[in-house]
Amino acid sequence: MIQRLFLALLLCVSLLAAPALAVAPDEVLDDPVLEGRARALSAGLRCMVCQNQSIDDSDAPLAKDLRVLVRERLVAGDSDEQVIDYLVSRYGEFVLLKPRFAWHTIVLWAAGPVALIAGLIAIVAALRKRARNRAAANDVSAPKLTAEEERRLQALLDKAD
Amino acid sequence: MIVEFGHYALVLAFALTLVQSVLPIWGALQKDERLMAVAPPVSVMLFLLVLLSFVVLTGAYLNSDFSVLNVVENSHSAKPLLYKFTGVWGNHEGSMLLWVLILVFFGALVGVFGGNLPADLRAVTLSVQGWVTAGFVLFLLATSNPFTRIANPPLEGSDLNPILQDIGLAIHPPLLYVGYVGFSITFSFAVAALILGRIDAAWARWVRPWTLLAWCFLTLGIAMGSYWAYYELGWGGWWFWDPVENASFMPWLAGTALLHSAIVMEKREALKVWTVLLAIFTFSLSLLGTFLVRSGVLTSVHAFATDPARGVFILGLLCIFIGGSLSLYAWRAPMLKQGGLFAPISREGGLVLNNLFLTAACAAVFVGTLYPLVLDAVTGEKISVGAPFFNLTFGPLMVPLLLAVPFGPILSWKRADLGAACQRLYATFGLALLLTLVTYWAWGMDKVLAPLGVGLAVWVMAGAISEIVTRVKFFEIGFKRGFARLVGLPGSAWGTATAHFGIGLTVLGIVTASAFQEERVLTMRPGDVVELAGYQMTFEGAAPRRGPNYTEEVGHFSIRQGGTLVAELDPSKRIYTARQMPTTEAGIYTTGFSQVYLSLGEGRGDGAVDVRVYFKPLITLIWIGCVIMSLGAVFSIADRRLRVGAPKPARKRQQSVAAAE
Repeated sequence: MIQRLFLALLLCVSLLAAPALAVAPDEVLDDPVLEGRARALSAGLRCMVCQNQSIDDSDAPLAKDLRVLVRERLVAGDSDEQVIDYLVSRYGEFVLLKPRFAWHTIVLWAAGPVALIAGLIAIVAALRKRARNRAAANDVSAPKLTAEEERRLQALLDKAD
Repeated sequence: MIVEFGHYALVLAFALTLVQSVLPIWGALQKDERLMAVAPPVSVMLFLLVLLSFVVLTGAYLNSDFSVLNVVENSHSAKPLLYKFTGVWGNHEGSMLLWVLILVFFGALVGVFGGNLPADLRAVTLSVQGWVTAGFVLFLLATSNPFTRIANPPLEGSDLNPILQDIGLAIHPPLLYVGYVGFSITFSFAVAALILGRIDAAWARWVRPWTLLAWCFLTLGIAMGSYWAYYELGWGGWWFWDPVENASFMPWLAGTALLHSAIVMEKREALKVWTVLLAIFTFSLSLLGTFLVRSGVLTSVHAFATDPARGVFILGLLCIFIGGSLSLYAWRAPMLKQGGLFAPISREGGLVLNNLFLTAACAAVFVGTLYPLVLDAVTGEKISVGAPFFNLTFGPLMVPLLLAVPFGPILSWKRADLGAACQRLYATFGLALLLTLVTYWAWGMDKVLAPLGVGLAVWVMAGAISEIVTRVKFFEIGFKRGFARLVGLPGSAWGTATAHFGIGLTVLGIVTASAFQEERVLTMRPGDVVELAGYQMTFEGAAPRRGPNYTEEVGHFSIRQGGTLVAELDPSKRIYTARQMPTTEAGIYTTGFSQVYLSLGEGRGDGAVDVRVYFKPLITLIWIGCVIMSLGAVFSIADRRLRVGAPKPARKRQQSVAAAE
């Protein structure tokens, strides 16, 4: 946390003369629908000079430039995908906070579901193995009583009656 | 001279860790009581020595001794006294010293309070703890010595990073470290059990209070860090899925799984092998977190490569401890006997499900945190993995887990009747459904998922209450006798219900604060009023102010509700003079569980200023829920059964030997 705060500040704020707010009033679009799309897009785009901040959250000048750029493209009539494609073509995939699903990110995306499924299989296998072991153990143990034991068991049962 | 004394104490401590690493375990393997008896006094002495060196460093900070490099780099004579004190752990060297201090503190606790442990288990546990301590004390001495002097002391220090000059720093790292490092005891217990080849219900009973203690502090530490970021960073976010946050979150997830699986082990002697593995994983993730935060690998893989001394050292420790313990596990675990059997639908089954989802979630966070580093190191490709990714992968794993929470405590051991459990949860389900519909009715259909989230939170909370109510049988036996039963419930039952209620509260806070937040960004002149969520906020003007080591521009706002003044807020923008670093201080008005959050932006000339105003409904529940979860851990620790002491297997064995003779 300390490191995070520290880096966030060192990297972002040290570039500034005066701190500005993320999303300044003069950037906000008049059309609320377009502005809403701009905000949603901004939350998924990385401020590349910052430590893991979206351009929606960041005070850095680069983030401001990107926010303005996103809004320009939206006003020009781009779809959300077109805006993202444009930014990726300009800045690389690093700009996306949610990496695209592709060969080089397949491990990343699959990790959670695969861990879940693998865990489920392991549990089912372990339960089955135990049930089998138990059944086997029962089979073996059943005829284990000696004649003497049978006699004592019978005596005990008789006493109980 | 005093500073050298602190350094010397640390060197002595290193020598003692070597004694602790070797003699007790040798004694345990040779069955030599005298060698085993070395462990407790040495563990206490170790703690005193590290404490001494910590006190010396603190003294250097309080006296602003600028002949010590660490003090020069992180302190300033004009800094308020509290921050001189907390500045001790506001830097790499000092925080590692605190880390080691807590490590030896836990060792000393086992040394002092471990009287009812079997002698060999205590000796080996303390030896394992000694190995970890030796590694980290050596790390301090070799790469991160906080006592380094400088030949020409400057007159003034370069001040502590302003963002760390906050009460948050006083509380957050110590809490977090007690949590992180507390898991070292569970780890040492697990490794000791593997070495001795003996794991039984008694072992679980000793391990569980330590796990609960560490978990309790880790929960508080994470919550504190989250609240600190929320009010200090000035844009109202409270969780960022940042690698450093994930570094503390992964041990939390694993630790949560561990304290659940330890229940199964204690009550039913099942899941032994898995519990030991989880104990190893949990502390390994703590070590990994320390590596991520302390090596600089997060800033960039290349920065790490250019100044690798510290990073490589911790990486080495990481490999030795994790690799070593896992190898030991692979070798010894198959020799452990399997415990009790259970049907898939049973309390045990429920706890296994809990472990499955928590482990999968932990794996998702683990891969998400490390993948960009690995990809960059291997292929040079740079990608970012941020909040949208984690929300998408982590969130769906939590939903089924939360749905299952109310079922867990009411299922019976070994074999349970799911139909009967469902019947007992009718009222809970009805309440959750009702509140979901009410939320839809109040907010409309445009947010489809949020009311379902509210319903889920209510389901978890009402489930926790219903568990207590049904246990007490209020409706069957009347209020008076019910109340007597309520008081007589074991601490662990209260702990479970309280912690589950807490997680429900946290979920409710997360859902409402994220989905129903209201926000305005605008430029205000003195006298301007902005209306948000039924509050009228008037900007009364801004004025400069001078603090002890900063100057600030303070905006003054009055908040009215229906014409009556309810609060006055003074958000500000500060410049810390020593480093010329700006920070924002948000103005927060708490009303019920909700908050109005105001932060200042750029000035626009002639008194006008950019303002960002939020209304965050029920947001404080996020942190209150965490506090209640920790309270649940406290109730569980207070359970009499944990204090009375576990049955001693040694005695049982003696009896059976006597019987055989």
